[in-house]
Amino acid sequence: MSKHLIKGNIALCEGAITAGLSAYFGYPITPQNEVPAYMSNKMVKMGRVFIQAESELSAANMVMGAYATGKRAMTSSSSPGISLKQEAISYLAGMEVPGVIVNVQRGGPGLGNISGSQSDYFQATKGGGHGDYHTIVFAPNSAQEMYEMAYDSFDIAEKYRTPVMILSDGIIGQMMEPVEFNRQEKKEFEKKSWALDGCAGREPRSLQSLLMKDGALEQHNIDLQKKYEEIKKNEVKYDIYEAEDAEIIIVAYGISSRIAKNALKLARQQGIKAGMIRPKTLWPFPYEIINKHAGQGVKFLTVELSMGQMVEDVKLAVNGKSPVEFIGRAGGGVITVQAVLNKITELKK
Amino acid sequence: MKTYNEIIIAGFGGQGVLLAGNILAQSAMEEGLNTTWFPSYGAEMRGGTANSTVIISDDEIGSPIAFNPSGLIALNALSLDKFLPRMSENAVIIANSSIINEDDYKNKNIIFIPISEIADKEIGNIRAANMVAVGALIKALNVPALDNVLNAVKNAFAKKEGLSELNIKAVKAGYDYKI
Repeated sequence: MSKHLIKGNIALCEGAITAGLSAYFGYPITPQNEVPAYMSNKMVKMGRVFIQAESELSAANMVMGAYATGKRAMTSSSSPGISLKQEAISYLAGMEVPGVIVNVQRGGPGLGNISGSQSDYFQATKGGGHGDYHTIVFAPNSAQEMYEMAYDSFDIAEKYRTPVMILSDGIIGQMMEPVEFNRQEKKEFEKKSWALDGCAGREPRSLQSLLMKDGALEQHNIDLQKKYEEIKKNEVKYDIYEAEDAEIIIVAYGISSRIAKNALKLARQQGIKAGMIRPKTLWPFPYEIINKHAGQGVKFLTVELSMGQMVEDVKLAVNGKSPVEFIGRAGGGVITVQAVLNKITELKK
Repeated sequence: MKTYNEIIIAGFGGQGVLLAGNILAQSAMEEGLNTTWFPSYGAEMRGGTANSTVIISDDEIGSPIAFNPSGLIALNALSLDKFLPRMSENAVIIANSSIINEDDYKNKNIIFIPISEIADKEIGNIRAANMVAVGALIKALNVPALDNVLNAVKNAFAKKEGLSELNIKAVKAGYDYKI
């Protein structure tokens, strides 16, 4: 299959379009600008919907409106813009309407800067919006995975009727690398039993998150929780690399997993048994596989472009069976291979 | 690992450092190698500095950011000053002596080539300086192969009449320049 040298952000667009994206709603912000720019051209040429909304907030609500009719819809932004979308994400979860939201993370908090970062882990995996809900979170670490995860996210969002977030970063979004378009173009879509697509000849339907009847909201939360348990059971995805005999296991996702992999290869050359578990879904998180590898003689090292967020989930997974260390940089700083290698060497002592 | 190169191409915004990197990555891909390209995407503007990083390897590539660069094209002095201290030992450094004063860099292992002058006088378009530099770099690094680079240039300029010949000529001029 021929390869295309394209940016992660463009690969993401191609994945979504190939999955049958009907409507894209965006608003400019670096480092995700290639997404609305590319969509504004390609979606229109294909006779599909592209709208540059007046704000990130309305773009997210447009996704809600479009997906309420059962049509595949997506929005993208970067960190500060994603904060503005949280209300809509919480509503999507509450209304059980699918949606795909892409965060090409930059430095924060606040307006931050435009460099790649991974400081929105808490926001993405622990809620972000209000209420007892979870968002399924994919963490691509290559342009290829931007393509594949964008493609796959729609099926999963619809299967569980829940919002899916693709948590990328400025480096994965901006870099170009060869991508294989290895997914079939999706043209046939199942009829949705919940979609608001015109009630001629059938009972009207409604999608809502306001449940005022006595006990209705509590029951809704119990039902949602059951769904989240199903997702935890079925949808955990990770990569595992040389972890079987490892005495130091790195846990890293996205761009930091690539930097960490360079370091662990160098550590192996020095005779240090290092391995890696890379979560490809951050929620549901691969607690089980991490716990399975924890125990005597094993140390964990979490590498992130943040001040330490995912490390809390690694500690929960390890549950005291092994020490868990952290190394990272925030605010657009990029951890170097050498710094990770030094930390590995230090842990080996 | 037989082939592993971290290459930085830097210069003024407008000198074509992003495109030069793109050509390198494209030709590496055509050669069957792994490659990544990463741009400086900050508030760069025409006249400011810009750079792109290309990694070429026959093994899987981890970080797309260069921590130990082995190749540099510096099209202006600002870029040379910025990246010179970061280069690995024995790195191939190509500098544009048309606008960089050689005397400021005595005893440094730098290949000085009048890149802008070659583009302007031999090729007839100063905007082809980036391609002259690419030609010189691939000669010194021995990767990617000239044919693949020329092919990538041909494809990149396929829609713009005359430009593909001009840029191919520029790559060859850099490649054949006697150091």
